[in-house]
Amino acid sequence: MRILVCVKRVPAPGARINVTADGQDVDSAHLGFTTSPHEECAVEEAVRLTEVHGGEVTVLTLGPVEAEEQLRYAASVGAHHLVLVPITEVDWDPQRTAAALAGAVADVEAVGGPFDLILFGNESADAGGFQVGVRVAHALGRPMVNGIKGIDVADGVASARREIDGGFEVYNVPLPAVLGVKEGINLPRYPTMKGRLASKKAEVVMDERSAGAGGQERVRLHRPVETVSETAILGTGPEAAPAIVDLLEELGVLS
Amino acid sequence: MSLLVVCDHDRGHLAEASLEALAFGRPLAVAAGLELAAVVIGVGAEVASTDLAAHGADTVHLASHDLLTDFGPEAWGETVVQLVRATGAKAVLACGTDRGNEVLAQVAARLEVPFVANCRTVQPTDGDWSMTRIQWGGSLLEDATLSADVKLVSVAHHVVEAAPADSPAAGAVAPFRPNLDPSLSATVVVDRVVLRQGITLATSPVVVGGGRGVGSAEGFEPLEELASELGGVVGCSRAVTNNGWRPHSDQVGQTGTRISPEIYIASGISGAIQHWVGAMAAKNILAINIDPEANMVTRADHAVIADLHQVIPAITAEIRRRRG
Ligand SMILES: Cc1cc2nc3c(=O)[nH]c(=O)nc-3n(C[C@H](O)[C@H](O)[C@H](O)COP(=O)(O)OP(=O)(O)OC[C@H]3O[C@@H](n4cnc5c(N)ncnc54)[C@H](O)[C@@H]3O)c2cc1C
Ligand SMILES: Nc1ncnc2c1ncn2[C@@H]1O[C@H](COP(=O)(O)O)[C@@H](O)[C@H]1O
Repeated sequence: MRILVCVKRVPAPGARINVTADGQDVDSAHLGFTTSPHEECAVEEAVRLTEVHGGEVTVLTLGPVEAEEQLRYAASVGAHHLVLVPITEVDWDPQRTAAALAGAVADVEAVGGPFDLILFGNESADAGGFQVGVRVAHALGRPMVNGIKGIDVADGVASARREIDGGFEVYNVPLPAVLGVKEGINLPRYPTMKGRLASKKAEVVMDERSAGAGGQERVRLHRPVETVSETAILGTGPEAAPAIVDLLEELGVLS
Repeated sequence: MSLLVVCDHDRGHLAEASLEALAFGRPLAVAAGLELAAVVIGVGAEVASTDLAAHGADTVHLASHDLLTDFGPEAWGETVVQLVRATGAKAVLACGTDRGNEVLAQVAARLEVPFVANCRTVQPTDGDWSMTRIQWGGSLLEDATLSADVKLVSVAHHVVEAAPADSPAAGAVAPFRPNLDPSLSATVVVDRVVLRQGITLATSPVVVGGGRGVGSAEGFEPLEELASELGGVVGCSRAVTNNGWRPHSDQVGQTGTRISPEIYIASGISGAIQHWVGAMAAKNILAINIDPEANMVTRADHAVIADLHQVIPAITAEIRRRRG
């Protein structure tokens, strides 16, 4: 199987998310960067599928050149090919991102052949537009289902499970197909030392692309207003138990 | 000309969030000078649509087709596209659930127009609309503008309450038969698997949460005991699921479950913002942490600054003592 996964580099904020003075970006001056959990699981799922069915995994990102870090991480856990669409702006709007990614997929397919499966995250961790995967799938003319938490491939069909209240919905999507996955579909592996070393040498293919701006424009980012509550300290050890149980009684959860 | 609300339903059972979208859409339609219409798609649409007039829909479109046996994001999206073209709808609104967002993304891709997901407020003006939407699962807000001939917007969950209109609307029923290509059946639900019933993490009145501070999978046993004593369930942080100590279905947060219990007992959890957005709807939070500066502690209503391995069993013992 040939599988492609689209991942996005995002900052990894701690206790709160700060915004730059111009309101255009998350202030990442003191932050590390990561791949969104959904997409990390998408990479893991792709690697597992090729371990079972054979084949290769390509990981594609659109972002600053530093996003090479996230691509190399994917290589350290088993991805074979890495492609970066470099941009210099803070973030591209969803239409523009999707147009560029669809173009990049076409480029890669022209050289290496078509992908059986293309995986996305359910939504990006930062922008959360819930659409880039759907747009790319439509541009490529392939079926797409989002929110997937289980994939089995057999006889040219991806049987995909989507969580609903108390169970799963099942979709049988013929390949080539596009799926958006959610964290929880698997437990991603950690890189091995060997994987880490190999990823340092992996080639990152640069694919410069242009695309016109879409109709959604950022004015500014800001933090929601928080209601700060005073914290009542009930104790500093197990002797706090009676006070805690008093509280539980008060709240009526001790029926 | 109309503002069309896409109503989600499961084989005739209307999703509460669809009524939230209608409640959000009522003032928006007035401000934009549009009529409020609703569309319900597929088998069960008629049953699902009974309350829509009471909730303000002037027109209720019931879309049916042999292919629309169950939910299918592409078939639903294509149906909405054809309805928009047939009625000249100026805007489409959906609830910001996974389904609502996915269907609107399909509509957007097909109409080649922008789609702004998970809005908290929308100001319609003659030209561009402006809105505030959520990013980072609600940890951050974005003011944005939307420029398009057909405006596509989803409403973040729980921004408005589902409530009937002050006076019911006409609710004129208008059947609609889209023309669907057979290939769209590729993404229609074919089966369902029922896993569990009863109280879930999302609905439990008590959640006993554990983080990295719990230390191991076995370390969760005392939390299980306390949870069962309180008729609640155990939740956890991503550090815990990443370590394989608990299944992902127990994870609270941006990429896990949003909880809203009477009380959330958060032990050994630092309270990273991605965890906090999943926990903040709890009515009360009790943090148990050895670090008085931990974000979970400073944001909690109550806290105990101590080792959770001592405090959790002591709470269970005290409850049992009082119960005799
Ligand atoms: C895009 C994105 C999405 C994410 N989504 C989620 C999500 O959905 N849910 C989520 O939880 N995280 C999520 N995270 C991860 C999040 O950023 C944190 O890494 C994670 O929540 C930390 O888990 P923790 O609090 O258990 O661990 P830590 O941050 O390591 O905290 C452990 C805490 O335990 C305390 N402690 C240690 N020993 C004891 C003891 N004996 N008794 C009492 N206290 C003790 C310590 O003082 C500390 O406060 C996400 C991250 C990203 C980037
Ligand atoms: N800049 C990007 N580079 C690569 N993939 C992306 C990018 N932005 C979004 N995606 C993919 O599209 C999915 C949905 O993104 P979004 O529409 O922003 O919620 C993400 O989970 C990623 O898999």
